[in-house]
Amino acid sequence: MEAASLPAALELTAGGGAGLSAEKRAVLGTSLLLLQRDYRFERVWFWGRIQGVRGAYYIAEGLGPDRAAPRSRLYSLNCMEWSLLPPATKEMVAQAEQLKGRFQGDPSFEYKYSEVDAEDAERPIEDGKEPMIKEEARLVATIEQIDRAVGIIPRGAFVKTPLGPVHENRNFEGLSLTEAKKLSSYFHFTEPVNLKNKTLLEKADLDPSTDFLDSLEHDIPQGSWTVQLEKGGTVVVLRSLLWLGLTFYHIPMTKQYGYVYFGTGEKNLDLPFML
Amino acid sequence: MYQSYALGLDLYQTQEQSAYQTYAVGQDPYQAYERGHGPYQPHEPGYGLYQPGYSPHDDQIPDPKSRMLAIQNAKAYLLKSSTTSGLNLYDHLANMLTKILDEQPTNAVDMIENISKDVKWAQFQKKMDTLRDEHEILPTFEAAEKRKALFLKANGEGDEELEEEIGETRLPNVMETAFYFEQAGIGLSKDESYHIFLALKKLVSVQPIQTCRFWGKILGLEMNYIIAEVQYHEEEEEEETEEEEVTKEGGTGMDEVEDEDEEKEKEDEPPKSTYKPPPIIPKEENGTGANKYVYFVCNEPGKPWVKLPPVTPAQIFCARKIKKFFTGRLDAPVVSFPPFPGNEANYLRAQIARISAGTHISPTGFYQFAEEEGDEEEEGEGGRDTCEENPYFQPLSVAEMVDSLSTWVHHTQSILKQGRCVWLNPFQKSEEEEEEEEEEGEEEKPEEPDELQQEIGPPLLTPLSEDEGIQNIPAWTAQPSTNLIPQYAVAILQSNRWPGAYAFASGRKFENIYFGWGHKYSPENHAPALPPPAQAEYPSGPEITETRDPTLEEELAFKAAREEALAEAEEEEDEEDAVEDDEEEEEDD
Repeated sequence: MEAASLPAALELTAGGGAGLSAEKRAVLGTSLLLLQRDYRFERVWFWGRIQGVRGAYYIAEGLGPDRAAPRSRLYSLNCMEWSLLPPATKEMVAQAEQLKGRFQGDPSFEYKYSEVDAEDAERPIEDGKEPMIKEEARLVATIEQIDRAVGIIPRGAFVKTPLGPVHENRNFEGLSLTEAKKLSSYFHFTEPVNLKNKTLLEKADLDPSTDFLDSLEHDIPQGSWTVQLEKGGTVVVLRSLLWLGLTFYHIPMTKQYGYVYFGTGEKNLDLPFML
Repeated sequence: MYQSYALGLDLYQTQEQSAYQTYAVGQDPYQAYERGHGPYQPHEPGYGLYQPGYSPHDDQIPDPKSRMLAIQNAKAYLLKSSTTSGLNLYDHLANMLTKILDEQPTNAVDMIENISKDVKWAQFQKKMDTLRDEHEILPTFEAAEKRKALFLKANGEGDEELEEEIGETRLPNVMETAFYFEQAGIGLSKDESYHIFLALKKLVSVQPIQTCRFWGKILGLEMNYIIAEVQYHEEEEEEETEEEEVTKEGGTGMDEVEDEDEEKEKEDEPPKSTYKPPPIIPKEENGTGANKYVYFVCNEPGKPWVKLPPVTPAQIFCARKIKKFFTGRLDAPVVSFPPFPGNEANYLRAQIARISAGTHISPTGFYQFAEEEGDEEEEGEGGRDTCEENPYFQPLSVAEMVDSLSTWVHHTQSILKQGRCVWLNPFQKSEEEEEEEEEEGEEEKPEEPDELQQEIGPPLLTPLSEDEGIQNIPAWTAQPSTNLIPQYAVAILQSNRWPGAYAFASGRKFENIYFGWGHKYSPENHAPALPPPAQAEYPSGPEITETRDPTLEEELAFKAAREEALAEAEEEEDEEDAVEDDEEEEEDD
C-alpha cells in the first residue's frame, strides 16, 4: 500500500484482525518519508509485516520511474532503521523453499537444512560444513515469492507506454462494482507468465496498454482467492489462501487500492485439502 | 501565424504517427506525412528555405483569396459528418479542446487519445430518451439499511427498564478491549468494532443472557463469522435440557414399534452381522466442559444472531483430523475424510471449542478454585472444573507478565483425546441398562473389549510454562506492546499453536480474543487420514470354496452331455421294454 495512504488503508484491511498499533503508524509515517528522501524513490510502498517467533520484520518497497522494474526492498525490526535487502536470486528462492517452520525474528539466525538430493548425499562432505542459510536470505526469498505469487493490482491501474516503462494510469477511475467482484479484473503485478499462452481470439480483445499482465482468473488452484465485500459493501477485499495474511483492498469507483501482508511468511501448502 | 504552424510542423514530423493529424489551416495537407518523399524534408539540408517567412520569394504576399478558399475547403472537410457515428471532426475537436482548456491537465499531449475517447463517451450520457433510467438500488444501500437498524433504539424501551437491565446483564466493553489490543496492532477497525458492540447489545436485549463476551472473528471464503460467547441464566438452561429429553423419548417409542414388526420377519432374513460399532461417547451437559458456554454467530453486524448447537465428542475427534476452510454459510456440508458428523455449524462449534480450550488464559491469581469442604475424596477421577474470580487478586507488573510464562494460566478445561473435558468410560453401563440386559436374556453376548485407560489432561489453572511447544518454537510469544513508553505498556501474548489467538493483560484488566481462519498451526503438511485397508476375504476352506462360474460353452456342453445321457437312458428303457416284449412274444410263441 502507498505510504501516503497508510492510515486509511490500514482501516480497510483490518478485517482480518491484523494491523499496526498507533505507535507503529506514527513511526512509519515519518520513516517512510525519510526513506523516500534517502534512496530517491518515486514511490514507497509499505509491504507488510512478517511475524517471527521472537520478533517481527517490517518490510517496505521502493519504486523508481518504471513501476514494473524490480523493486528495492528494505526491512526493519523497529520501523525506524531500515536496511536494504539484496535482490533475490534463483538459488536463494530454491534454498528457501526447502525450509519449513516459522521465522525466528533474528536476521542473522542460520538455518541448517539437509539437502534431499541423493547425489549430494553420496558426495562426501569435503569441507565438513553443513549448508546453512541465513534468515535474511530466507526473508528475501519469501518476499519475492509472495510478490510474484499474490501481489495484485486492479486492471487498468497501470499502463504500459510503447517505449516499455510502466506508469500509473491517470485515467484510472476505479473498477465498477460488478467488475470488482470478478477475479479477471485483477492482475499479478509481476512478469507475466500465461499471457503468451492465450488464444488469438482472447488476445484480440486485449488492450496492450492495460492488459499486459496475468489475471487472477487462471490461478492454480482455483478458488485460492476469496473475494468479499466488507463494510456494508463499500470495500472489495481479496484475501489470498495460498499465502495466508495477504489482503488486497479496493474501493470501487475510486482510485484507492493496495495490498499488504500481515502473516507468518509461510506458504499454505495444505490449500488443496482445505478447499 | 505561419511561424506557429512551422514550429508545429517540426513536431509533427518527428513524433510517431498519431491518430489525429490536425491540419493547420492553410497548410498543404500532403506535408503532414512523416518522412515523406521529396527534397524538402526536415532531415534534408535546405529545409528551412521553403518555409514561408524564410524563403527567398517571401516578399510576395500570397493571394488572400486563394488562402480564404483553402481555409473554407478545409473547414468544410472538417464539418463533414461521419457516416457511421453522425459526429463531425470539427465539433469533436472543438469539444476536446474546450475540455482540455477547462481542466488543464498536465502533459495533456500524452493523454490526448484518452481525452478524445472520454469526450466521445460523454455523448452517450445525454440521450433524449423517453425511457428514464431506473434509479439503481445498489446492494450497498440495503446493507446500510441493516446497519442503520443497529443504531436505532428499540421501541417501547422505558428508562426504568434500561436501568434495571444495565445492572443485571453485563455487556462487554468491546471498545475498551479493542483499545488495548490496538496497542499491539491487533484488532478490527474502529468502525467494525463499534458495529459489533451494537450487535452484541442487541443480542443481549433479545436473549436471556447472564454474561456475554466478544469471542472473536473467524474468516471464511464467502463470508466471515463474528462470534459471541454467552452464558445463560441458570433457569434457561434447565428448560433447554428438558426439551432435548422429550425428543429423545419420542424417538425411542418409535423404535420399539418397528422392532416388533421386524421380529416377525426374522426367520426369512439373512443372518445379522455381529459387528458392534464403537460406543458413542455422549456429549457433555450444557454448562459443563466443552459446552460450558453457548456461542452465537453472525456474518456481519446487523444480521441476526444464530445459536450454534452444542458440540459432541465425535465432532471434536473428527475436527482434529481434518483441515477445511469455512465458507461462511452455516448449513454448508463439510466434505472430508474421515466424514465429519455434521455441517459447517458443527465444525465451527468444534473449532471454537478447541480454540477456547487451548488458548483462553488469564493472569495467575485472577481465578481461583472455589473452596468447598469434603471434595478431596471425590477428586480421584477428575480435576476441578470450575473456578471463580479471586477478590484478592494482586496484578503483577507488565514486565513480569512478559518475562515469564508462569504468570499466566489456562482458565478453561483442556479437551481430552476422547473429545470431552471430563473422561467418561463408555462401557460403564448405567444401572438401567444392566437391568434390561438381564431381562432379555443372554442371546448374544457382546465381546467385552479391554477396559479403556482413563484419560487425564492437565488440570485447570495450569501455568503456560507447561505448554508444549511445537518443535523448537514455544507455544506462546510474549511481548510488551511498546518499548518506547514502558510505563504504559500492555503485556501481549500471541499463540503459536493457534495463530490468531491473542491475549492482553494490563493491571486488573485482561482479555482473550481470536482473529483468524480457525485452524491449528502445524509445521508439517497436513496429511489426511488414509482410507481403511481393504478387508480380508473369507478364507477358502473345505466348507466354502470359491470356484469360477461356468462359461457359456461349458454350460452348453454340460447340457448337451446331460441330454445325451437322458437319451441313452430312454433308449435303454425302450430296448428293455422291447426285449421284454420280445421275450413275451417269444414266450407266447
